[in-house]
This record gives sequence, structure tokens and C-alpha cells, in this order.
Amino acid sequence: MLRYILQKLALIVPTVIGITIAAFAFIRLLPGDPILAMAGQHGITPERYEILKEQFGFNLPIWQQYFNYVGGVLHGDFGISVATKRPVLTEFLTLFPATVELALVAMIIAVALGIPAGIFAAVKRGSWFDQITMGVALTGYSMPIFWWGLLLIIFFSGYLGWTPVSGRIALNFFLKPITGFMTIDSLLYGNWPAFVSSLRYLILPSIALATIPLAVIARQTRSAMLEVLGEEYVRTARAKGLSPRRVVGLHAFRNALIPVVTTIGLQVGTLMAGAILTETIFSWPGIGKWMIDSISKRDYVVVQSGLLLIALIVMAVNLIVDVLYAVINPRIRVQ
Amino acid sequence: MKKLMQGMMLAVATLAVCAGAAQAKQLVFCSEASPAHFDPGPTTGGNDFDASSRTIYNRLVEFKHGGTDVEPGLAESWDVSEDGLTYTFHLRPGVKFHTTSYFTPTRDFNADDVIFSFERQWKEDNAYYNYLEGISWDYFQGMDMPKFLKSIEKVDDLTVKMTLNEPNAPMIANLGMDFASIMSKEYADQLDAAGTKELLASQPVGTGPFQFVDYQTDAVIRYAAFPDYWKGKVAIDDLIFAITTDPAVRVQKLKAGECDIMDYPNPADIADLQADTNLTVAEQEGLNIGYLSYNTTIAPMDNVAVRKALNMAINKPAIIDAVYQGAGQVAVNLIPPTMWSYDKDIVDDAYDPAAAKAALEAAGVKDLTIDLWAMPVSRPYNPNAARVAELIQADWAAVGVKANIVTYEWTEYRELGKAKDRPGAFQIGWTGDNGDPDNFFATLFSCSAIGVSNYSSWCNDDFEKLIQDAKKTSDQAERTKLYEQAQVVFKEQAPALTLAHSKVFMPMNKRVSGFTMDPLGIHRFDNVDVTE
Repeated sequence: MLRYILQKLALIVPTVIGITIAAFAFIRLLPGDPILAMAGQHGITPERYEILKEQFGFNLPIWQQYFNYVGGVLHGDFGISVATKRPVLTEFLTLFPATVELALVAMIIAVALGIPAGIFAAVKRGSWFDQITMGVALTGYSMPIFWWGLLLIIFFSGYLGWTPVSGRIALNFFLKPITGFMTIDSLLYGNWPAFVSSLRYLILPSIALATIPLAVIARQTRSAMLEVLGEEYVRTARAKGLSPRRVVGLHAFRNALIPVVTTIGLQVGTLMAGAILTETIFSWPGIGKWMIDSISKRDYVVVQSGLLLIALIVMAVNLIVDVLYAVINPRIRVQ
Repeated sequence: MKKLMQGMMLAVATLAVCAGAAQAKQLVFCSEASPAHFDPGPTTGGNDFDASSRTIYNRLVEFKHGGTDVEPGLAESWDVSEDGLTYTFHLRPGVKFHTTSYFTPTRDFNADDVIFSFERQWKEDNAYYNYLEGISWDYFQGMDMPKFLKSIEKVDDLTVKMTLNEPNAPMIANLGMDFASIMSKEYADQLDAAGTKELLASQPVGTGPFQFVDYQTDAVIRYAAFPDYWKGKVAIDDLIFAITTDPAVRVQKLKAGECDIMDYPNPADIADLQADTNLTVAEQEGLNIGYLSYNTTIAPMDNVAVRKALNMAINKPAIIDAVYQGAGQVAVNLIPPTMWSYDKDIVDDAYDPAAAKAALEAAGVKDLTIDLWAMPVSRPYNPNAARVAELIQADWAAVGVKANIVTYEWTEYRELGKAKDRPGAFQIGWTGDNGDPDNFFATLFSCSAIGVSNYSSWCNDDFEKLIQDAKKTSDQAERTKLYEQAQVVFKEQAPALTLAHSKVFMPMNKRVSGFTMDPLGIHRFDNVDVTE
């Protein structure tokens, strides 16, 4: 098992190097200039421009800028934001809990609804339930999040008035962050109304963010279940006279779970990508909105370090999933 | 564990705040973007200024609500010497700085604060000149303050003398701008001694109507009314900025009562907002101009007759209808009609394709092809430059002129656009900084602005003399005359097509009273009240 984990870790090293290069190059390939973007309508004098370029190190040859960046990262220095002048790591750590909170709730929704829906659709293959579920899943998968989020707001907040429009908690609650998770913080403060409020503010953004992973998980569960249900050992189990619930729940589902767990792991990347749009539309102060703002300001430092931090987290989650995968399926370890 | 205990203690404090909040008057402003930080000196965005200079700080002089005239601020009065070189400011006594959880002032505002506030942007040896990494005093530089300022001296605690190198009539208006906000030197010294200078930008202390309470990055800014404000405590108790990037979502929040007032609605939403009985929509003509700059140094656009003909070929009212959707008006002059010295007698080039075609033929221009530049971003003075370009392209095609539409990323667009040898006609615009006509005429079309912000590379001796003379005298009647003549020259010479001045809208809940629209585009809440 240890060897298996070490093998996986060894694979991460070249991936991280690749990501630093990609993140570093990506923002520089976009046309635009962070110093000019900051300058406002009066512009900036050429002399001042040169001074600032030097201060940020943008005047150095590109390879040297890259090595300075990697050198800094290896020392835990992710740089200072060009726009806000604050350390990138500080900003990331301030904003990251909001994204995790939203992504976790979205993931819980996606798993809690997606797996049962997939199982039922497989068991009742061809039924109206199967057809409707898979139709809805396909629609959900194809839905542009930005449009879908706005639609949710207009209907549930605007028309019905059931949910708040945007934000993390009602403004009359002023809680200094402890963990950064609004739901947990409100409980730590013992402020029950604040906790309820934070849950209400989570509803729409988490639904919007859960939609695509939910669709993917439901479809993946269905096809994995269909495959397993056709296996001979399932037929044997049925022939032994086991109840359908036992056959599906114990024999079929455990084996179908392996590809589903992989899918769930891969959805972490989807959630991070989805968070960018969801956070923008719901004014959710997380790292997705932060990245979008930084890209539009051409804040090289934030984009290159922010992307790296996000990638590291996605890789860490995928590593955990791989390990879980090996726990569920011992054959993997042997291979 | 320690953190948890701190949290618990804060919880008690929070509950106390919530309990007390029942009677507090609260105003929630749904704002468009997060501020970079809270120091108005090095920032440049309207959203930065709303969050810092107009809430937390004051200046020596202030713009009157709803206008561009200046009135006394932290200076009760000022004298200007006959030669226009010496400004003596008599400071207001008894002005208090905010007392916050992180700073308790021991003295009132005085001359040291004024000197510090300018020197930190001006003198490289000032401890705060480089207090943030990569800091740049863009407005102080952009308004040419280093060129004009000779010295700022303390005469006594409540008198400051500012000496200039040359007369500059817009100086007083410049001092009302955001970059000229007055900081506490005592607080800055304290931070310097503690080795935490950077906190000046994140934990601000000013003399303004509101004091800073808290900022949750990218989400919420909280302010409380300053009880000892020198004009008296404002009517509302708590001011909250709920940062909401998407304009459609801001509208939904306003309608749902999650905010009381919002900025920058989509033009398409305005009719719907006006129809809502719970809301009022304030509107004002913006202090801005959208225009099309011809490069006057490249043939055939070095010929006035050709430029005039191109202007005559463009149907401006049709463009305003199609692109501005009721949020704009045809621009006759470079400055908007709300600005003093606007010459309403000037007649615009009439839309006349036949005359335009004849004029081009008379000038010997045949098969003309022009690069027509379209900005990649939406601005109030030009919400959709690509669409404007298409409409102009069609208008010009009707008189036999072919236009190639070109566009680039925004910073690159401006960099390429200001090059002296840039070909073609360039869409651009300007939003007034201080309500002074000089801020339009000299910034955009003086000879010295060529290669900077004179996108027409236009240097006309008559025009230049008029605007430079107008800078040297502080007699407003005389300045008005000079600027009126400058507008005549501008229309005759047509270095640019003046396209539109936009209208700005501000929807708010009916319970909000006292809010005035500001032509400078700033949002101020010190006169606002709310009914429960």
C-alpha cells in the first residue's frame, strides 16, 4: 500500500512542474499588462512604468521570472498581488473556506441525489423513471451555469421570494470569521438564527454548482450498475433467492461503486471550475470569483499562484480518491 | 483553542451589536466591485473611491453635492495670491479623526496632516512613498501635481501655504479630488513605528462621515456613522456595501429588499425598474464624452474638409438610439452641457451624406479606406463600441468610404491608440475628474498630450493658446470666454467626432431619501436618510 501511495506521489511531481509552467505561461500569453490595467484613465508615465516593472520583476527575462516564481513557491512565498498589494497566500486562505463550504454542500447534494437516482434508473431500466431521470441529467449536464444560476435567482428569489438572492449570510449578522466556514462559525458563536441564515444563503448557489456533478454521477452510477447487474454473480445471487434489495444493495452496488468513486473524485475539478461561474453570479466571496477578477486585471502574480494552489488541492483530493480506490478494490494495489 | 475563545468573546460582542441594531438605521448599497484597498491615493477606480475617500475621508475642499462647484472642506477658506502662485489655506479647527478599535487619536486635525497627505505622494524620501509593493500615485502624477507644486509649508497649526511653479487655475478643483484626501499623520507615524505601514491601506482612519468597521474580502464592507463628524453625525447609523458584481443580480437584490440602492444597472433593465412602484430611479447626465479621434497628421485626415465630411456622413441620433438605449444624448461639444463654459450656440455638423460625398470629391479623396477602432470594453460613454463601429461603417459606406474595424485587448488598445503614427479613427472617451473644463480640453487635446491622451495627435496653435491662457487666470468669467472660443475652434477644426454624453441611473428603494446623483460619478451617502 505504501509503495502504491509513493508511486502516486512520484507522479505528482512532474504534474506540479507542468502546472507551474502552464499557470505562468497562460496569463502571460493573454494580451494585456497588469501595470497598465491598474493605471486608470490617465495612464502612467513611461518612466514610472519602468520603475514598477522593475519592482514586480516583470523586466527580467521570462525564464528568470519563472525561476524566481518557482523559487518563491518552494520557500512558501506565493508573491504579492499586483492589484491589492496583499500576499497571495493570505488572500487565498481568506477566500478558500467559502469555496470549500459551497463545494462540499454541492457535492453532498450531488452524491445524495445522484447515486440513488442512478441506481433506480438502472434497476428500472427503460421505465418512465429511467427516461425522465436520464433526460433531466442530460439537460442538467448541458446547462450553462451562468444562465441557470440567474434563472434560479429570478424564479426562487425574485418571483417566489423563498430564498435570498446572493451573498453568504443576511447582512444583519456580523460574524468575525473563525474557521471561515459561515455555517460552522455561526454554530461556534452559538448563534442559531445566523446558522439558519447561512444555510438559506447556501441553497441556490449549491444547487447551481451541484447540477453538473449530479448529472454526471447519476449517469455514471446508472451505467456502472447496468454493467454489474448483467454479471453472472448477480444472476447467481438472484438464483440463490436473495431479496432484490440485497442483490442490488450489497452485491451489485459495492462493485458498481468503484467507477462511481473515481467519477466523484474527478468532479472536484469540475466543482472548482463551476465555482468560478457560480461564485460570480451569487456574489460568493470564494477563490473562483477571485480568479476571474484577477484574470481581468491581468494580476499575473495572483493568477499564477492561485492556479497552482487550486491545482495542488485538486491533485491532493485525487490522490485521496486513488488511495480510497485501492482500499475498495485490492486488485489495484497489486497492479 | 485560543482562537475559539476569542471567537466566543466576539460572539458575545456580536450578539450585543445585533441586539442594539434593532433601532439602528441601516443603508445597504449594492456596489459593483471590491475595492483594491482603502487608500484613495494610489487607487484609480470609482469603486475604490466610493469605499474610501467619499466615506472615510475629507479633503481641503469638497465638491458640492450634485455638482462640480467646490465648497470649503477641511479648509474653512483660502486665499490665492495675485500672481496665482501662492495658495494659503485656513484650516478648520476642532476636526476629529476617527477613534477605532485600532487607533485612538490624541489631537485634532492640523497642518501636519495636510503636508503628510501630499508629501507621501510627492517626496521619494517620505516613509510612505513606497509603503506598499508596486505602489503608484497615478492621480497625483496624472493631474501633473509634481510639475505644478513647488512647496507645501506649515505656517502655523491651522494654516498651510502651497506654492506653485506656474499658475494653474484648476488647482482648487484638483484638491477636491479623491487622491487629495487627508490622512492622519499621527496614525501613519504610529504604524511606521510599529513596522506595520501597510495597515494604512487596510485599516483606514479619516475625518469623514463614516468610520471603517470591517471588510470581508470580496463580500461586505461595513461602516458606522462617525459620532464626532465635524458637520454633525449623519442620519444613518450603519452603512453597508454588499459587493455584487453582476448587474442583473444587483437588480434582483434591490427588488427583494436585500439592498436599498445600487449602481450601474443594465440599460435594458431601466424601464422595468422605473415601472416598479417600490423603487425610484434617479438619473443624471454623466460628466463624460464618447468620441472618435481622427489622426490629424496622416493624409487625407490631415485635411479639415475630409474630417468634416466624415463627421457629416455619420448619423449620430441613430447611433444613440440603437446603442445607448435612452441612456445617452448626442454630444455637440467636447464637454457635456452640465459643465460651466459649455457653449450652447455651437451648431453641430449636420448629418448630410450627399454634402459629405460632395466634400470628399472636392477634396480629391477617392476610394478612401480607414481603420475604424472599436474599444473591447463597455463604458458609460460608449456601451458598445463594436456596434457603434458597425453603424459608422455603414454610414461611411454610403458615401464611398470603406472602414476596416479593428480591436485589441483594452490596455493594448489604449497603448496602440496613443501612438503618434496610429492610422485611422479611434473610438475612446473620457470621464471628468474634477468638473473643470481644463480636465477635458487640456487633458485630451493639448499639444503636450500628444502620445499620451491626445489620440488625434492634434496640435492647433489657436486652440492651444486659448486653453493655456484659461489655465493661467482664476477669473471664471474670463476662463468661460476662453473655453467658449476653444469650442468654436474645436468644431471648425474637427479633430474628432463628438459622439455622445451618457446618462447615469441609480435605482433605489422608496425608503431612501436625500441621495443626490453626482455628475462626477461618485456615490456619497452622508446626506442620505432611510425611513423604517
